[in-house]
Amino acid sequence: MAPPVHSEITLTVNGEEHTLLVDHRTTLLDALRERLDLTGTKKGCDQGQCGACTVLLDGRRAVSCLQLAVAAEGRTVTTVEGLADGDRLHPVQQAFLDLDGFQCGYCTPGQICSAVAVIEEHAAGWPSAVTADVRPEAGPPELTAEEIRERMSGNLCRCGAHVQIVRSVARAAGAEEAAV
Amino acid sequence: MTPATTTEHTAAGTAHRRVEGRDKVTGAARYAAEIPLAGLAHGWLVGSTVARGRVRSVETAPVLAMPGVLTVLHHGNTARVTTDYVTVLGTSPDPTAAVFQHDQVQHMGWPVALVVAETPEQAREGAEALVVHYDEEPHDTAFSGDRADAYPLDSMGQPAVTDKGETEAELAASAVVVDACYTTPENHHNAMEPHAATVRWDGGRLDVIDSNQSAAWIQSELANMFSLDPQSVRVRSEHVGGAFGGKGVRAHQVAAALAARALGRPVRVAMTRRQMFALIGYRSPTAQRIRLGADADGRLRALQHDSLNQTSTVHEHVEASAGVSRVGYDAAAHRTAQRVVRLDVPTPTWMRAPGEAPGSFALESAMDELAAECGIDPIELRMRNEPERGPVSGLPFGSRRLPDCFREGARRFGWADRDPRPGVRRDGRRLLGTGTAAASFLAMAMPATAAVTAEADGTFTVRIGAADVGTGARTALTLIAAEALRTAPDRVRMRIGDSDFGPAWGAAGSMGTRSWAWAITDAVAALRERLAGGAGIPPEGVTARSDTSGSVFGLAPRERRAYGAQFAEVAVDPGTGEVRVRRLLGIFAAGRIVNPLTARSQLTGGMIWGISMALHEEAVRDPVSGGHVGADLAGYHVAAHADIPAVEADWVDDPDPEDPVGIKGVGEIGVVGVAAAVANAVWHATGVRHRHLPLRPDRVLTAPPAA
Ligand code: FES
Ligand code: FES
Repeated sequence: MAPPVHSEITLTVNGEEHTLLVDHRTTLLDALRERLDLTGTKKGCDQGQCGACTVLLDGRRAVSCLQLAVAAEGRTVTTVEGLADGDRLHPVQQAFLDLDGFQCGYCTPGQICSAVAVIEEHAAGWPSAVTADVRPEAGPPELTAEEIRERMSGNLCRCGAHVQIVRSVARAAGAEEAAV
Repeated sequence: MTPATTTEHTAAGTAHRRVEGRDKVTGAARYAAEIPLAGLAHGWLVGSTVARGRVRSVETAPVLAMPGVLTVLHHGNTARVTTDYVTVLGTSPDPTAAVFQHDQVQHMGWPVALVVAETPEQAREGAEALVVHYDEEPHDTAFSGDRADAYPLDSMGQPAVTDKGETEAELAASAVVVDACYTTPENHHNAMEPHAATVRWDGGRLDVIDSNQSAAWIQSELANMFSLDPQSVRVRSEHVGGAFGGKGVRAHQVAAALAARALGRPVRVAMTRRQMFALIGYRSPTAQRIRLGADADGRLRALQHDSLNQTSTVHEHVEASAGVSRVGYDAAAHRTAQRVVRLDVPTPTWMRAPGEAPGSFALESAMDELAAECGIDPIELRMRNEPERGPVSGLPFGSRRLPDCFREGARRFGWADRDPRPGVRRDGRRLLGTGTAAASFLAMAMPATAAVTAEADGTFTVRIGAADVGTGARTALTLIAAEALRTAPDRVRMRIGDSDFGPAWGAAGSMGTRSWAWAITDAVAALRERLAGGAGIPPEGVTARSDTSGSVFGLAPRERRAYGAQFAEVAVDPGTGEVRVRRLLGIFAAGRIVNPLTARSQLTGGMIWGISMALHEEAVRDPVSGGHVGADLAGYHVAAHADIPAVEADWVDDPDPEDPVGIKGVGEIGVVGVAAAVANAVWHATGVRHRHLPLRPDRVLTAPPAA
């Protein structure tokens, strides 16, 4: 008998539980876009090189195109559609909107999800490749523009909204002064 | 009710967030591959694995037997489409979008088949499993500046060759001569949203949801190809994830339309990132030679600019790089020539700042070399050669505030304190330098139609076939319409991206917003006239229409351009060869700025393209296979956040007196001159001239040391 090519999985997406029968070849990205009609998460390269498909997987940022849906069984996903609190935008979304942190908008959901995680990672004291003092007792480095650029570099923007994106992240993090 | 048209509003000219911004930050904005349709099938393109030859056979049977596969389209079973028509640009079409019409393979990755299946996974697996046999023929993809088979070619009304004065005699009489060759590599648009079309046949009507920069162009091309009335084709593109010149009619729309007709159900075809490198056009590599002859005080006697680019064997495209030298500087003698060579490669196309981006790299680098040779400040050199009239055309200029851009930029950048000597500044182990370059770009308008409706509830609806590919056009047009209607922007509904709204120029040539604004202000004027009687608005509203084909071409001939001055500071690591841009400032004279928030984004976005072009972007073609090496976003690096410093753009006041709104266009000029400013700064840092882009670490490391 041919081995099964589909499996049933359960995903919690933006607080809602979904049970899906998925093709084993289906990526988490395609499961979101094609099966759950959550098209806010974008496909820029489908091979882990652009960051457009970034979501929060169990609270951490991940590129959903490199994750098979079956491997996400039982996990919790937050997409760009799940960030706002009703009509109230997430502070990162609000900053992107106010400071023009996007142009075509296609990289934007990935940038925003990444930025949400960057702010948390920074607050938790995670260093980056440009952090000078990486000793745990040094505490979080100042969230300078350089730190933001380094931490956001997995998210490409072809429109060239980089300057406005960095400012938006800084504003949302409350570190605007440091990062102008 | 009577519309609120009495109070004065000055929305245009002040910063406004994008009207569709909320949809874009919440993920609600849907792009072409994101519109659900019942019964949708998915198509996956199959590209050739040879660069030239013929398809001998396509082994469809095993793929058709795969689960979910519905059909395999290829040249042997696909209906013929028309390819001998005239495009809206007045040119013959690039026939490569007309897929599966014959057995010839014209470049690596040429579309040879489309596998259509119930799901994208099934289509993709079918496409990967499809065996295609070829009769391979020898190919030639080797571009170089000394191709003997290159030939001169006119482009879009520009002659291939211009010749004014006695270039050789002036060069011979010059005290200082710069004679140098510059090259730029193959560059790719890489809009973040891959090309995608969702297509259905609805009765006899072709309904296309697509990612493009002009719904009307795609409508017209598809109508021609499928022998339909334009009214029988509807193309919609509400949100477009970047275009940059690469989103015209391409294989995906045509393949999807063919498959949808063959299957009698809707079909979506989305390109992969890798396919985009072969199928959507690109900026050709260029080889350029510049010869400048000047008196000892830097005044030019001769300016010669020859440029060469590649094109495909089936369609001609000129990367008009010598154009900048026809309008840049005064000289007694001017000679320019643009040539192409036909290779077994995809047809190149327009890419953000076509012609000017590579052309300004060569010319503005050469001007910096001349400044150094003459011992004159590079800005002063440019001022000394500022032309009174078009140097080649002899036409008067429209507004030309280039000197003001340099003055303001120099002040803001701190240029006055610059030590001109190269290779003398250090920050730790890094060498520091600064450089500048001039920028200019054509400022024109093209025809468009618009309809403006005064609604019974006191609001207004504008319908125009405009495209917002990220430029902020939707928002700028809302402000312009509100200003013309003397109402508040939130009372204006701006509907764009639908070919049913009538013909209009596209998001191209930095002419989109200007051309659409012209049509909208004309329609508003007509509407205001109709409303002047003071009669009430009937329930269906009152609509006035405009068509600017008469007015936009009615302007007296002039050299109409936008200008800018670019300033870069770089740090060069002599140990690794890494060049980092530390600061980039651009000051522009680019017409009236309608929405400062989004215009600044356009300008800095263009400047970031310039950094990316200067330091990173290079598609490498393997001459043996004829295909790319690393055709993806890892192999082709576009600037990431860590590559981009504080980039600042600002402008001097420059409303265009001949435009009803005062616009010139800001979409492309930001790119122009940046690569030269960076390369000039690298010379200032290291004393070494780099004439080949990108300024890769290996090039910096292996460059012979300064004399
Ligand atoms: S789509 Fe996942 S990283 Fe590009
Ligand atoms: S906004 Fe267009 S790619 Fe980032």
